[in-house]
Amino acid sequence: MREKAIWALGLLGAVVMIYNLHTVFLNLPDEAMQGAIYRIIFIHVPAAISAQVFFTVSLVASILFLVKKNHAFDAVAVSCIEVGTMLVLVNLVTGSIWGKSQWGIWWAWDLRMTSQLMCFLLYLGYLVVRPAIAEPTQRATMSAFIAIFAYADIPLVDLAIRLPNVRTQHPGAVLETGQMAPMFIPPFLVGILAVLLISTALVLVRLHQETSQREIDSLRRELHAL
Amino acid sequence: MPHGLSTAFAIARKDLRTELRTKESINASASFALVILVLFSFAFNLERDEFYAISGGLLWLVFVFAGALIVNRSFSRELPNDCLDVLVASPAPGWAIFLGKAMAAFVLLTIVEAISLPIFGLFYNIHWMDSAGPLVIIILLATWGITIVGAAFSAVIVNVRLRELMLPVLLYPILIPLLIAAMGSTTALLSGEQMTGDNFSYIRQLIGFDAMYTALALYMIEFILVV
Amino acid sequence: MLAVAADRVWKYFGDYPALRGASLEVEKGSCMALLGRNGAGKTTLLRILANLSRPTKGEIKTAIGKTGIGYLGHGIGVYDDLSAMENLLLFGELMGVADPKQAALDALDRVGLLRVKDGLAREFSRGMRQRLAVARAFLHRPEILLLDEPFTSLDDRAIAVLQSLLKDALSSGATIVMSTHQIREAMELATHVALLERGKIVHTGPQTPEMLLDPGWLYRTYGEAS
Repeated sequence: MREKAIWALGLLGAVVMIYNLHTVFLNLPDEAMQGAIYRIIFIHVPAAISAQVFFTVSLVASILFLVKKNHAFDAVAVSCIEVGTMLVLVNLVTGSIWGKSQWGIWWAWDLRMTSQLMCFLLYLGYLVVRPAIAEPTQRATMSAFIAIFAYADIPLVDLAIRLPNVRTQHPGAVLETGQMAPMFIPPFLVGILAVLLISTALVLVRLHQETSQREIDSLRRELHAL
Repeated sequence: MPHGLSTAFAIARKDLRTELRTKESINASASFALVILVLFSFAFNLERDEFYAISGGLLWLVFVFAGALIVNRSFSRELPNDCLDVLVASPAPGWAIFLGKAMAAFVLLTIVEAISLPIFGLFYNIHWMDSAGPLVIIILLATWGITIVGAAFSAVIVNVRLRELMLPVLLYPILIPLLIAAMGSTTALLSGEQMTGDNFSYIRQLIGFDAMYTALALYMIEFILVV
Repeated sequence: MLAVAADRVWKYFGDYPALRGASLEVEKGSCMALLGRNGAGKTTLLRILANLSRPTKGEIKTAIGKTGIGYLGHGIGVYDDLSAMENLLLFGELMGVADPKQAALDALDRVGLLRVKDGLAREFSRGMRQRLAVARAFLHRPEILLLDEPFTSLDDRAIAVLQSLLKDALSSGATIVMSTHQIREAMELATHVALLERGKIVHTGPQTPEMLLDPGWLYRTYGEAS
């Protein structure tokens, strides 16, 4: 039943995405200054927004794990962080492509991209350290701690990169999304929905896998205990 | 003095006493700082005056690399003879044990920085004495941030495989907002600017980082010590 | 009146249940010998009693606070780079002892280390380090002593010191829980025994002459087939 729900969600997300891409590529004109490449915004920004949603969910899940000690919360946290980090990577790559097309350089230390890069590094630490902890309760506890510390850093990063004379203040280029003309807004919103649906499906897949793993572990436990 | 705080000081004194007797991490850390200072001088082939532009960045890279070595030892020094067990089993509150270790790491890193700073001034011909007052404040603020977060992660990974490799992966990204402020303010100071106006935002950033992570770490360390 | 009770305590390490619903009641003023093979869960249970580890399920009931617990685990729990006196002063302060200096001197005298009180623990012989560990555990006159195989690998002098301290502690009303491999020195002191077999307490009761005379008797009578 749960698997069917995940499939349905993923399929719905795929359909919405395809519909949106169709709109974006065929129904919208090229943008005045940027040409065709501006369309990447319909993936680039939704990826960032979805990532933030999932990181926030992971923060709540981490706090709940520390309070309730229920491993289900840990499973939610790791699933959200894995998918969130992947979305940040999508954001970074699409941003880089956009930048190259617009300004001829693959990376400019502008505010948004730098902030996303920092986010990636913070959660990369979580993903690297987590498998190195063998014992599940310890692993979940330490992971929750790291996740909370990482999330708390994001606003500090955003403040820091706005300090005077920091490299982000003099970027080679700036990817400005700026004001959006009215005709772009509906596909933009639909794009956010599409990415959210697909990535939620991915989170649920990962969650299902994590929960199954725990079930296997506890069956193994029962076997050992016999 | 409230019991917890006096316990924290007792543990800080203990860490400092054992460290200053063996000088293991101070020697390693200071030597490392020296080597990096030399390496960086070959990395950049700049005119004397141009060095001022990278002075803050350079100095804080040296300090944070040296700092990682010191904070790594914070909790791992409790592993031989299972001393950590005795500390945790004692009535000493978890936050007091942690605070004591953070304070000791802070003092040790400050010692390494005090050794490195004159050498830095010497190698790069940077006249840091002119802005010594504000510079010391920035160094103390940023060093506290490094040691409080570093000690917290030291506790997190004390039982983890490949501890020395894991600490940098966790620590450096979290410290980036702190380091940006430390680097920027130090460069500004060494270039003759004051910490007023726009530059004061650096100080605000440092204080904000320190306040938030000190509170967070003290509150959450209890979850880490008894699993 | 109970000094401490474990109520259906489970402890998992990953897949492996080190304790499977272990229940134990320890009378105040008694000396309980906790017996069991290697891997039975003795160390795990003692650590939980000492507040070093949280049970996965079940609970520990005790009226004794952390100031009243003296713990001696496998590690000696003293700092190699501090002197004997400095070690005991520190632990005295941590345990809230009224006059740490006097208590430390008394403890060192009791274990025969007064003469070398300013020597670094690193420089001590093995027997001396063990006596220092014992001094630390008894320093604050604990209400309950939790000792994990304390007689294992002690030299004669250390054994004599430990036995003497344990007898004194018992006569002043302290409670002792001591895991052991039925070593004679431990059994002589014990008023009660408990047998831990694969994470469960399979027998608990007063010490009888049979147990003292025949080391394997308890395992044969109450243990599972070996």
